[in-house]
Amino acid sequence: MNRQPIGLYLHIPFCRGDKCPYCDFYSLPFEEDLADAYTTALIRAMEDHPFGSLQADTVYFGGGTPTLLGEKRLDALLQAAVRSFGLPRDSEITLEANPESVTRELLQSLRLSGFTRVSVGVQSGVDTELAALGRPHTAAQARQAILWAHQAGFAHISADLMLAIPGQSEESLKQSTSFLTSLPVDHISAYLLKIEEGTPYHQKRRELPLPDEDATADCYLLCAGLLEVAGLPRYEISNFARPGGQCRHNLKYWRCQPYLGLGPAAHSYLQREDSRQGRRCFFAKDLQVFVKADNPYTLLQEEGEGGSEEERLMLALRLTEGFDANTLENPLGKGSLLCKARELASHGLCQIQGETVSLTGDGMLVSNGVTLALLEALEVG
Amino acid sequence: MAYNESIRNFCIIAHIDHGKSTLADRLLEQTESVAQREMASQLLDNMEIERERGITIKARAVRLNYKAKDGRLYTFNLIDTPGHVDFSYEVSRSLAACEGAILVVDASQGVEAQTLANTYLAIDHGLEVVPVINKIDLPAADPERVAHEVEDIVGIPCLDAPRISAKQGVGIQEVMERIVTDIPAPQGDSDAPLRALVFDSYYDSYKGVIVYIRVLDGTLKADMPIRMMGTGAEFEVVEVGTMGATRLNPCQELRAGEVGYLTASIKNVRDTQVGDTVTGCERPADVPLEGYRKAMPMVFCGIYPQDGAKYPDLRDALEKLQLNDASLSYEPETSIALGFGFRCGFLGLLHLEVILERLEREFSLDLITTAPSVVYRITLTNGKTLEIDNPTNYPDPATIQGAQEPFVNASIMTPAEFIGSIMELCQQRRGVYLDTKYLDTDRVELHYKLPLGEIIYDFFDALKSRTKGYASFDYELSEYRDSKLTKLDILLNGDMVDALSFIVHADNAYARGRKLAERLKEHIPRQMFEVPIQAAIGGKIIARETVKALRKDVLAKCYGGDISRKKKLLEKQKEGKKKMRQLGSVEVPQEAFTAVLKLDE
Repeated sequence: MNRQPIGLYLHIPFCRGDKCPYCDFYSLPFEEDLADAYTTALIRAMEDHPFGSLQADTVYFGGGTPTLLGEKRLDALLQAAVRSFGLPRDSEITLEANPESVTRELLQSLRLSGFTRVSVGVQSGVDTELAALGRPHTAAQARQAILWAHQAGFAHISADLMLAIPGQSEESLKQSTSFLTSLPVDHISAYLLKIEEGTPYHQKRRELPLPDEDATADCYLLCAGLLEVAGLPRYEISNFARPGGQCRHNLKYWRCQPYLGLGPAAHSYLQREDSRQGRRCFFAKDLQVFVKADNPYTLLQEEGEGGSEEERLMLALRLTEGFDANTLENPLGKGSLLCKARELASHGLCQIQGETVSLTGDGMLVSNGVTLALLEALEVG
Repeated sequence: MAYNESIRNFCIIAHIDHGKSTLADRLLEQTESVAQREMASQLLDNMEIERERGITIKARAVRLNYKAKDGRLYTFNLIDTPGHVDFSYEVSRSLAACEGAILVVDASQGVEAQTLANTYLAIDHGLEVVPVINKIDLPAADPERVAHEVEDIVGIPCLDAPRISAKQGVGIQEVMERIVTDIPAPQGDSDAPLRALVFDSYYDSYKGVIVYIRVLDGTLKADMPIRMMGTGAEFEVVEVGTMGATRLNPCQELRAGEVGYLTASIKNVRDTQVGDTVTGCERPADVPLEGYRKAMPMVFCGIYPQDGAKYPDLRDALEKLQLNDASLSYEPETSIALGFGFRCGFLGLLHLEVILERLEREFSLDLITTAPSVVYRITLTNGKTLEIDNPTNYPDPATIQGAQEPFVNASIMTPAEFIGSIMELCQQRRGVYLDTKYLDTDRVELHYKLPLGEIIYDFFDALKSRTKGYASFDYELSEYRDSKLTKLDILLNGDMVDALSFIVHADNAYARGRKLAERLKEHIPRQMFEVPIQAAIGGKIIARETVKALRKDVLAKCYGGDISRKKKLLEKQKEGKKKMRQLGSVEVPQEAFTAVLKLDE
């Protein structure tokens, strides 16, 4: 039995009372009793999982705001993960944290529990922008949180940065970027704000001073350039890291490697033995049902077969390492794909090295279009 | 009373929505030609499109029996007529089969310009016009004013015209009495050599072509050998009969003055063209009836399936439509940009639109059409003359000696206030002014010679919008005239797109090229790279526009391993792409092809 180690994702769907006005992820206001019940449910889900012997070498506590759970619950969850999924010594164990929700003590304690990586929701280094985003912290608080994490001994610290937010200028973006690169972070997730339906931002989208398509694209390219110069080259469309700082857990998503997501709104991809393909499924967005279920796995909803060539291509193109056409079974598909890639390369949208196709910065900005064009080429072949 | 004394052959002339079909329905009902339960509203308009657009495309006919106040039984033959200039020839043939016409006028709206053309046509054919004022039930009805208007404008007595409401069934009896008293009985000699006018035909899969005829002289019987005097085709009659409202009723014979149908195992409607004269082979008539004209397509365009695999379906569909439509022509053609398709010929733009709509609706085909073209005559330096209906076949300019294009005699009837605006429009379209005729103090008829190529795009639309819908327009092909022509090409991303080429008058080429490039820019969405749009005349670029490159499509964060959103997004984008046509490396939405047709405004 030689199964690939999985990534374990634990969704912590709690936030402070007011959600950020742009956020459409599943979360509920934090309550002590609910947090206890949910922690218990998650631990039981880990202990009782029906997938036989699974080993994980990455764990990701995502949210919501996982730090709201407090050190005891987080420690209990991590120990349960160790018991159920092995977690070898060099495992990557990430925790998402918001600047206002951490203390020096909490971070120290989490480091001692075994967490290896913190991802801090900084979003901007400019206070007026943070206020406009409805974030409950200042840039100084974010800076403090990162420094505490560094002092606590976290070798890997990531910061989120939002691009194309209301009122952002070239100048303020430069300010945010240098704010982050001067801190001891080895990873930055820089993603473009997307106005999601059902959020307060969507309701007042016409009043928001949002940049247009061209300004948004310029914003992204500027940021990518600044980060590269600062020693954090892009390794995925929205992710930049110093050498060795890539998030191993997130890489699994894009490399089409298996992961198990527990908790409401968490997604899983579970490969079958000796197969590239597998099952995609998820838990519905309902915390109460998850907490009350005798066997939460009966709640899993199927999302169909995963791991197809098309899916691998679509995901791999998000990475700068790109897609290796040699992994395609049909030589016609490969030929057709490379042919299309050459055409796109002539427009500066992708590059081909050997038989590996990867997107350029411009190509990443229109990754949907480029991906679609390549998928079609694959189909024709 | 001789048999012909009890026959009345007539049609109904009305503006759209003035109640022609409703009146026809009431006549059917009250003569008990059709049982109440069989009464689908507006029986005569059989085609779905006819009902929807409220227009009649094909002529129909029906026989009604009416017991008049004088105690006698009369036979009414109601012949429905198409109502659009594209089909004016068909209208004239239907009128030629009648002795009278009922002119239906809306009591609130009065005489509309479009009714005039057909009324005059009826008067020209010597028909007795019986005015009827309809919709007296409407609150805005003013029958007296409208009656005076008819007298003033149309010039026929109208003050004692029946005031009716076809909708409510008021006054229908009176209309039928007028038909008896005012419309003359048909004349004609049943013993003379046979001459019957073909005014419509359609294909029936059991009986073959069913030919609608009006017998003018002689008698038509089953088993009789007949000849089509125009096409020369000969057949043996299988069945003759009359048209009931819901079925055909076979009978022994049709005598002079009667309206009915014949079948003769005819396989193709092309052999039974509207306007042709049927005569007997044994005792043929010396001269055919006047007015026969071979159905001549005047407007051509390429029709391509959106999905190349549907080509055989398109071919089958055209074949089926042609069974009933002798004026539709098609032949295969290939386009570099669009693949395999057909070059189709139509009577006019409405005919084209109707055929396209039927192809898309009745046969569920998604189509792309190229810009319509007329037939140009190109004389080469070697003395040869070519007829070009497809820009792709336009010869090398160096080999061209001269060019000619078809002109039409157009008459436009309009309230006088719009004269200036119409003259301006005709000027723009290279019209040659002939004269102006005042119909009365307020109404005029303008005569122009116009290049057919200038009116097949959006002339009718432009005319209507400039005259608030009051002008009516009629034309007939007059002659070919010398012209300076040139071929305008469109290049997308440097590659010529043959499907977007067209032939234009040299003086308009620059303006049209610029306009076309602008239009295309509006309709071609941003792509992953910059797309130059160029208009060129013989290799020389005369206009350039650029569709800027798409900078960003969404960078959705793949959060917590949820890749379903990204997949859905791609699916959605893929769906959108399906509506596009790939021309080289450029994706062009279907609307771009139709947008080039509407260059005005």
